[in-house]
Amino acid sequence: MIPSPDPRSRRQPTLFRRLEQIFTTAPVHIVVIAITVLWTLPTAGLLISSFRQPDALRESGWWTVFTPPFEPGQFHLGNYADVLASEGMGQAFLNSLIITIPATVMPIAIATFAAYALAWMQFPGRQLLFVMIVGLLVVPLQMTLIPVLRVYSTLGLSGTFLGVWLAHTGYGMPFGIYLLRNYIGTLPRDLIEAAAVDGASHLKIFTRIIVPLSTPAIASFAVFQFLWVWNDLLVALVYLGGNQNVAPVTLVLRNLVGDRGQDWHLLTAGAFISMIIPLLVFFALQRYFVRGLLAGSVKG
Amino acid sequence: MQDTSNILRLLSAISAIIFGSGGIIALFYVANIAVNRLPSQARSRILPWVYMTPALLVLGAFLVLPTIRTIIISFMDQRSQSWVGLDNYHFAFTNAAMLTAFRNNILWLVLVTGLSVSLGLLIAVLMDRVKYEPLAKTLIFLPMVISFVGASVIWRFMYAYQPPGIDQIGLLNAIAVSLGFEPIGWLVNKRINNFALITIMIWLQTGFAMVLLSSAVKGIPKDVIEAARMDRASEFQIFWRITIPIISSTLLVVSTTIVVLVLKVFDIVFVMTGGNLDTEVIASRMIKEMFNFRNFGRGSAIAVILLLAVIPVMVANIRRFQQQEANR
Repeated sequence: MIPSPDPRSRRQPTLFRRLEQIFTTAPVHIVVIAITVLWTLPTAGLLISSFRQPDALRESGWWTVFTPPFEPGQFHLGNYADVLASEGMGQAFLNSLIITIPATVMPIAIATFAAYALAWMQFPGRQLLFVMIVGLLVVPLQMTLIPVLRVYSTLGLSGTFLGVWLAHTGYGMPFGIYLLRNYIGTLPRDLIEAAAVDGASHLKIFTRIIVPLSTPAIASFAVFQFLWVWNDLLVALVYLGGNQNVAPVTLVLRNLVGDRGQDWHLLTAGAFISMIIPLLVFFALQRYFVRGLLAGSVKG
Repeated sequence: MQDTSNILRLLSAISAIIFGSGGIIALFYVANIAVNRLPSQARSRILPWVYMTPALLVLGAFLVLPTIRTIIISFMDQRSQSWVGLDNYHFAFTNAAMLTAFRNNILWLVLVTGLSVSLGLLIAVLMDRVKYEPLAKTLIFLPMVISFVGASVIWRFMYAYQPPGIDQIGLLNAIAVSLGFEPIGWLVNKRINNFALITIMIWLQTGFAMVLLSSAVKGIPKDVIEAARMDRASEFQIFWRITIPIISSTLLVVSTTIVVLVLKVFDIVFVMTGGNLDTEVIASRMIKEMFNFRNFGRGSAIAVILLLAVIPVMVANIRRFQQQEANR
């Protein structure tokens, strides 16, 4: 196929043409920049405010920091120190990590094995099982809260990390299997059959071929599950209850809104602490996040 | 003293992470060793189930069985001791607070889905024409990774209200006052508070719609567009006659994904207003019945209504999946 040259690029860029182009593209730039600024302002306001003195925060809007004279001295880290130490955000941050890391690794391991079996092993009911998993993708969590909570109370699992890990593993499973099975199913058949002919066991095929080749899909699922668990409020609220020792950042931040709703220096700093890890993950692994979105929704 | 207890916490955290993550991987290795001792005929029949069992166990324990159990409980009284027939459903469809929740949920569904999809599409199409597309897209997409709780705090600050005469610290009221209006109680005025909450969700979801639609727009073959331009079609005609039909399946997927998400919306309402002042939605109402009123029958009935609402999406997903498999 011959790429058709842009008709405009062949012409001489006269002054008139250039002006014409500026006028036709200007509205596009204005709209795009306006929307982008609009979308960024709320977060930017929060971030700037979190470094302002508590009194200043109560008395003037955050945008006033831009009016001259500009004083770097008006910014400080005291809000962060306060919310981390006295409001329990530091402990909560640690709890969030303790909850999120196993609740990401466990479903990855389980879902990858299941996805391999569903894609490349022969067994009765295989197709039916996968259709059921696709159906489970949209089941609202609310359907499961009451029975699981009751069992947890009997087993003493409510208020424990183990209980939350298992719950998140279960809730993340349909998406994980779905995403990974679709990816693993598209790996070249020749490769897997050749390995089987050479006498490689399923476990060997799995660890030496499937897992290395599926890293992009596994990374996508990992990013998703990590963000989902880190940002979750509902599961933590229901299964961890009021136990402050195990509460993650979302729960502590929510309580902060309820108890200290007008203490903006604590709320802004606390909110930013709850966002910092997701933002880092996002900027470092945006590629995988977007790929997961595309594979999870469009292709399926 | 403080230091030692923190170190202890950190150590227990690390051991918890290792135990939780390592345990599951060890499980597979042990199972595999056990299966390898079997004769090869039995091995090939059992091995798939070894790989599947952990997944089936957690799916069964956390999704399938609880779902069935919730359906049963929804026909029982608040402590699940006796059968009450359809009483809980009768309550769900006649109680005034529930009816408000239904009305609000419909408002959420229509506005969030409609606006984030159309805004996302508009941005996707426009972004395609500017050089700083990656940066602009990242900034619009960014709210997607912020938790609903975090987003709620961000917007609570945007909506902050000070009585007239005092400097406003919320951006929206500062704008309102500078334009000569009275400051607005965004979250307490019953005519606008629902829209204030819905705005948060649109802010969060537009980036999602934009990313998916943008990749669909970029997938349209360039020569199709070029051919239309040669035929002197206007950009407007190209958009409606070519772009929209080609990306229609993506539009449908994005819309249904947002619909399912919005049906389950809970955190934003819970954090912002606690469901007071007529802002309740179905999911927040369910938590209220379950936690505050301890009425498990009614809570379950509300959950079942949520499930019924997503069943069309579930069927559509399965159909689409089966078509895909047939095409493979």
